[in-house]
Amino acid sequence: MVKYIGQRVIYMLITLFLIASMTFFLMKLIPGTPFKNQAKMSDEQLEMMLEYYKLDEPVPVQYVAYMTNLVKGDLGTSYQFANTPVSELLGARIGASALLGFQALLVGTIVGIILGVLGALRQNTWVDYGTTFIAVIGKSIPSFVFAGLLQYYVGVKLGWFPVAFWKGPEYTVMPTIALSMFPIAIAARFMRTEMVEVLGSDYITLARAKGANYFEIAFKHALRNALIPVITVLGPLAVSLMTGSLVIEKIFSVPGLGEQFVKSVQVNDYSVIMATTLLFAFLFIVVILVVDILYGLIDPRIRLAGGKK
Amino acid sequence: MKKSKFSLLLVLTLVLSMFLAACSGGNKEDEATPDNDSEATGSELAENQEITVLESAEIPSMDSVLAEDTVGFTMINNVNEGLFRLDQEQNPIPALSDGEPTVSEDGTVYTFKLREAKWSNGDAVTAQDFVYAWQRALLPDSASFYGPYIMAGVIKNADKVKSGEVAPDELGVKALSDTELEVTLEKPVAYINALLAFPTFYPQNQKFVEEKGADYAKNAENLIFNGPFKMTKWDGVAATEWTLEKNEEYWDAENVTLTKINYNTSKDPQAAANAFEAGQADVTPKLSTPAVISQYEGDSRLVTWLEPTEFWLKFNQENKALANKNIRMALALAFDKDALVNDILQNGSLAANYAVPAEFVKHPETGEDFRAANGDFNTYDAEKAKDFWTKGLDELGVKTLELNFLGGDTETSKTVDAFIKDQLQTNLEGLTINLESVPFSVRLDREDTQDYDILHAGWGPDYPDPMTYSDLWLTGGGHNKMSYSNAKYDELVKSAQNELAAEPAERFEALQEAEKVLMEDAALAPTYQRASNLLVNEKLEGFTYHIFGPEYSWKFAKLNK
Repeated sequence: MVKYIGQRVIYMLITLFLIASMTFFLMKLIPGTPFKNQAKMSDEQLEMMLEYYKLDEPVPVQYVAYMTNLVKGDLGTSYQFANTPVSELLGARIGASALLGFQALLVGTIVGIILGVLGALRQNTWVDYGTTFIAVIGKSIPSFVFAGLLQYYVGVKLGWFPVAFWKGPEYTVMPTIALSMFPIAIAARFMRTEMVEVLGSDYITLARAKGANYFEIAFKHALRNALIPVITVLGPLAVSLMTGSLVIEKIFSVPGLGEQFVKSVQVNDYSVIMATTLLFAFLFIVVILVVDILYGLIDPRIRLAGGKK
Repeated sequence: MKKSKFSLLLVLTLVLSMFLAACSGGNKEDEATPDNDSEATGSELAENQEITVLESAEIPSMDSVLAEDTVGFTMINNVNEGLFRLDQEQNPIPALSDGEPTVSEDGTVYTFKLREAKWSNGDAVTAQDFVYAWQRALLPDSASFYGPYIMAGVIKNADKVKSGEVAPDELGVKALSDTELEVTLEKPVAYINALLAFPTFYPQNQKFVEEKGADYAKNAENLIFNGPFKMTKWDGVAATEWTLEKNEEYWDAENVTLTKINYNTSKDPQAAANAFEAGQADVTPKLSTPAVISQYEGDSRLVTWLEPTEFWLKFNQENKALANKNIRMALALAFDKDALVNDILQNGSLAANYAVPAEFVKHPETGEDFRAANGDFNTYDAEKAKDFWTKGLDELGVKTLELNFLGGDTETSKTVDAFIKDQLQTNLEGLTINLESVPFSVRLDREDTQDYDILHAGWGPDYPDPMTYSDLWLTGGGHNKMSYSNAKYDELVKSAQNELAAEPAERFEALQEAEKVLMEDAALAPTYQRASNLLVNEKLEGFTYHIFGPEYSWKFAKLNK
């Protein structure tokens, strides 16, 4: 197990290196400069600014300089925010995104799994159709429409929760609901399909023939096996939820990463683009590793490290 | 099976009726809201002078030397102050300057007497604070954009200090004593007072800035104030909320009524309007979407004004077809600008038939708007456009023409550009427009390298003078970028810059003359002049916006009962 994890960590570092290199060169292909007022700059002033920020050097030279700093743990400074270190920018924003993502994932998974299990246990009844309907709605309504409706009716008209901003737990309720619609839908659909399949398999039939309690079968045996594919999708989904949603953050004024990342790409804020991409990549790789380890815990049939004991 | 279909229908009906119930509930409340508003009559001051304002972006910098964006300028304008400040009618009024300055006969040396004012740490604001800040704005190590941009050609030796040719103390700003400041200009500048209200010209407390070093202006704790308000909460550039509180040490504190301004950011116009409706905000950011603005048509809470920001189609004359005047004129006349502002933009913007915006600058003697004498040029006329078009095509010896149209990638840009493309292709036979929508930084890059045929661009001013528009189109000018060149235009603008610098009226008229030349050449095709729209709580009196530099001043505002 330790050897397996060690191996994976080395692969992780190689992957991160490749991602960093590719992002760097792709990013440099975008035309333009990171200067907000470039339209007002004279050619001379633009040259001086490029020189000041060492952006006039050939891209490979910039690449080596960036990677050297990266190894030392220096992520560089932001252009759009008056030379603020990128680590400070990300640090100030990651908390809100992570909290919101975590809450949405929690609500989404729990509600989704319950809906999925209910649908499977009451297959082809109104319960099943009802949960399917909710899942289809959750997946097909764009989040900006749902978030907008939620904000208007629940926030403005009913006044149950604050309309926007980020000042305390009650402010997280509506964005969490809006963000959890997608995981609810995904979890519910996967759960239902898998449950139906597992419930129809031979060993369940056998267990039932032996007279075991129906609910015991469903929850002790079927649920555990049906969880495998759900975990596969939930891992990466967790990362994308916790690294921030542009739409939800914009509508509910959440100080998160999503909006900042998109803006940094639009304004060529190179160091922010790099740092955010690396952060996302890092989280993805870690989550994939965690998911692989979880497989073994949930289903003993899956062996890590090529099945050697 | 039949039974389950029926239950599915039942679920659907239930969900639908829940939706409808929510909607109709909403309508009832809509009818109820006007009652609350009608109470807001009489102008007695409210006990609690605290408001909440929404901004559409964070503050990228609170250092007046480095700031280069509207939110930063606006905050600096409310917590600090320079020699002048803009009043409610956009006029510069003496602020730290004790009355109007004395001016030398040739109009280049200004002597300011400073009023007694204090920094929030108790230090007096001295003439040396101005010298320090202005020099700092030009030093290469500061890498300030606005310092060189706004001082070069105005303050004596600014460009030479920037390039290192002369020492910083050669800059045309001297402290004669603690309370006397002497400013030397390169040449007389008609709009100097308004220019000095721009945040880059504000003083800085040298002791404080140097003591804080790299931490200066990093957050509220590392800031110092001399304006109507103090920033009491701001965690730095990533913060989406911050707070201003009244500065009791401010020299004019008795005329400041608001005690606290809470700021939040809201980047979605509909969400901002929702927060406003729910009473979570007293002022929204500028609302850019027609769908949101149209909900408030005729509503007294909607405040609309015309910005001096103008948009136009630039014609790249490196393209042989666009070097032809008849072709340019045909393109300029062939799209319906009234339909563009009324049906597409729907936000109070004005159809622009001119190169210098309306309601921006006034004749120094008659007080008439720049537009009064010059009127409209090249208004929409499909018939005339066709004539120019056939003439132009004949001269070029072709029957069809294909042009690339480069525009922005925002929702508004895309809609506007698609409309213009459609109009041009419909009215001009044989024309094919290839529309390309690209991000802002890409557009700038391609404008720089003149990699376009037609470009939809815009310009907003930093100071109230027609020159900010006129010098754009000089031959080889830094912002021309379309290879336009007309000797007569150059002559007029250059005479305004040099010989006529001390003759405000003649100078103004020369620039009006220059505009005529430009428009008769159809060097560019103006599209529209933008309007701003936002929602303001009706109880907030004295809401003050500005049309260049900082956007709002809260010094003049108060909350009524």
